[in-house]
Amino acid sequence: MVFHLDKCIGCHTCSVACKNIWTDRKGAEYMWWNNVETKPGTGYPQKWEDQDIYQGGWLKDASGNLRLRGAGKAKGLLNIFHNPHLPTVDDYYEPFTYRYLNLIEAPPGDDQPTARPVSLITGEPMDVKMGPNWDDDLSGTPDYARKDPNLEHLSPAEQEAMFQLERMAFFYLPRICNHCLNPACVASCPSGAIYKRGEDGIVLINQKVCRAWRMCVTACPYKKSYYNWHTGKSEKCILCFPRMEAGYAPACMHSCVGRIRYIGVLLYDADRIHAAASADTKDLVNAQLDVIVNPFDEEVIASAKANGVPDSTIKAAQNSPAYKFIKEWGMALPLHPEFRTLPMLWYVPPLLPVMASVRPGDQSQKAKLNDMAKTWTDDWLYDTSTTELWGTVEQARFPLKYLASLFSAGDTHAVADKLKKLMAVRIYRRFKTVGDVTEERMKAALRETGLTQESAEGIFYLTALAKFNDRFVIPPAHREQAMEMLEFTGDVKGNTGFGFRERPERGL
Amino acid sequence: MNLFNLFLFVGLPYIALVTFLVGTIQRYRSKGFKVSSLSSQFLEGRSLFWGSVPFHFGILVVFCGHLTAFLIPRGVLLWNGDPLRLIILQVTAFSFGLSMLIGLSGLLVRRFTNARVRMVTTRMDLLLELLLFTQTALGLWMAFNYRWGSSWFAADLSPYLWSLLSLSPDISAVSELPLAIQLHIVNAFLIFTLFPFTRLVHLLVAPLHYLMRPYQRVIWNWDRRAIRHPNTPWSPTRPKNT
Ligand code: SF4
Ligand code: SF4
Repeated sequence: MVFHLDKCIGCHTCSVACKNIWTDRKGAEYMWWNNVETKPGTGYPQKWEDQDIYQGGWLKDASGNLRLRGAGKAKGLLNIFHNPHLPTVDDYYEPFTYRYLNLIEAPPGDDQPTARPVSLITGEPMDVKMGPNWDDDLSGTPDYARKDPNLEHLSPAEQEAMFQLERMAFFYLPRICNHCLNPACVASCPSGAIYKRGEDGIVLINQKVCRAWRMCVTACPYKKSYYNWHTGKSEKCILCFPRMEAGYAPACMHSCVGRIRYIGVLLYDADRIHAAASADTKDLVNAQLDVIVNPFDEEVIASAKANGVPDSTIKAAQNSPAYKFIKEWGMALPLHPEFRTLPMLWYVPPLLPVMASVRPGDQSQKAKLNDMAKTWTDDWLYDTSTTELWGTVEQARFPLKYLASLFSAGDTHAVADKLKKLMAVRIYRRFKTVGDVTEERMKAALRETGLTQESAEGIFYLTALAKFNDRFVIPPAHREQAMEMLEFTGDVKGNTGFGFRERPERGL
Repeated sequence: MNLFNLFLFVGLPYIALVTFLVGTIQRYRSKGFKVSSLSSQFLEGRSLFWGSVPFHFGILVVFCGHLTAFLIPRGVLLWNGDPLRLIILQVTAFSFGLSMLIGLSGLLVRRFTNARVRMVTTRMDLLLELLLFTQTALGLWMAFNYRWGSSWFAADLSPYLWSLLSLSPDISAVSELPLAIQLHIVNAFLIFTLFPFTRLVHLLVAPLHYLMRPYQRVIWNWDRRAIRHPNTPWSPTRPKNT
């Protein structure tokens, strides 16, 4: 999976699509399997990135072994009666609704009837103090943006610079479960209810086996496993597996207005996972890239076939947009690789709000307009021009350190590399369409970022023009086998229809 | 009175045993989804600590104590031969019992006072908590007044329980016991009878197997290699993955 942050418009359509399909139920009201955060910001649940509070993810101890930070065999079983690091509903928000009926049914009185907010847990009237995207678009606020855990790595001066009025910027970070290669949630479940599906890598919680030991909620460093307080079972993003099996993209991806989401098959070498997860912090991203193998490599194809991977899946892996962004072009980074779960949702870091600078606007156009015309009255304009090649990367409105703390465990070079690639593609397209960039500059830009004209064209296509079938390459094998993923039709031959599970046979 | 005793000490335990066995198996098979510890920590975390932790560790030790005295009464009597060891055993058991009582009262108060927790409380939860509370209070009262419990349990009660199990019930000893102890016994049978219909079932699914398994779990729906192998003939069931 790849999310192209440059394109996210923060519309929350993805969240709503997911909510309407999966979590619009009692006990799940507060869950947002897909949520969109404004960064810098504290996120949902509040300050989820701060593992000093939530104790999620893996730690590499002194002897180089991986262990779960706040769960695991010893800790999990000892804390089973009370898990000291479990977030409570107040860390997310208390779900609420409004008494709308009161607006029409209130008895006549002196006051205008109001729709009071009531808690969806207790049904009592309440004051709404939090919501899933409470700090939406609120960059710079003391309560939210300035409490972003990623700011820890920045000096106070850098932080101040980030929040100066005229430079202030923000971007959106849509998050779903990363369907990690080294999932902490799976490892932490005492019941063994959570598992990764071999066929497609989706991480699922078996609702019948979950016994509410709540360790996965703590263990997932992304806080993407949620506890349903009504059913007493934990739940998480299922990557719309019923849709995926039928060949459809997950609902959040399907509905994405900004078309920022890509999904495709990645073949990987499971034997390398452990080593990659225990790599040094600075090597984590590269080690994870090494786990993903080249689907065009003869050897890889042969061993995939030997392991029973259908041809259609291999074909899909070769056409995978995820493979292109992640491996071929090297444009994407995983979110917080230092949690060591090897998240398989990769992000193309955002260029525009980060890089754009403001300069005095051009007033000459305005003079030509009719008086009636509405125009912006501010004198400032985003400068996204490309007069300087890389200058803006280093003077970005966000210190690169901030992005690096999100996407590359602090490695600013990795982030700068991706931003430069994004910039180079722009320069290339500017050369082609606008023509105010010279060929030398375009070539220099491509050369320095290691892109070619073809790859720049490919990136442009997949970023700006890609159609449905380019963004979502889901192997058709799934469609044929969708039914059989759940039950083999041969197993139920001779049975009498839906819901009748006993074979019509004699005897007990 | 005799008939009544017969019912309490012979009829009731058999009823308890049968409902316990049949009920739990049936519950697991037909309502497997509902077998859960039903934690409410998500709604209220702080005061739960002061209830749940002392209660659970208390009941764990106390229950194991009862079980030991039931299974190896002779061993317990032998251990109690030395007064110092007897005192150590009694004091430990008593303190864990006390911790259970404190925890339970904390849990009861939490259930009644926290509006959110009240929303996930069923009548059965309350009944169960009251029964457990009575049981613990009775147990502590006996341990204090009729010493030394571990010895007379092993000497008098274990034979009675074994006589029940070997289908030749002998209630001569129990019918002579003081009322508090009799109540404790009857209440225990009651709890066993109710067991399958309460949240207590979660203790049967205690996740000890966690210690045995590797951390990661990958499941394939079918054994793909076997399915694709030309030697796998058509079969009424497909090769599943193990
Ligand atoms: S992101 Fe998803 S797969 Fe990864 S640890 Fe969290 S819940 Fe598990
Ligand atoms: S639907 Fe797409 S563009 Fe809109 S917020 Fe979600 S990820 Fe961003």
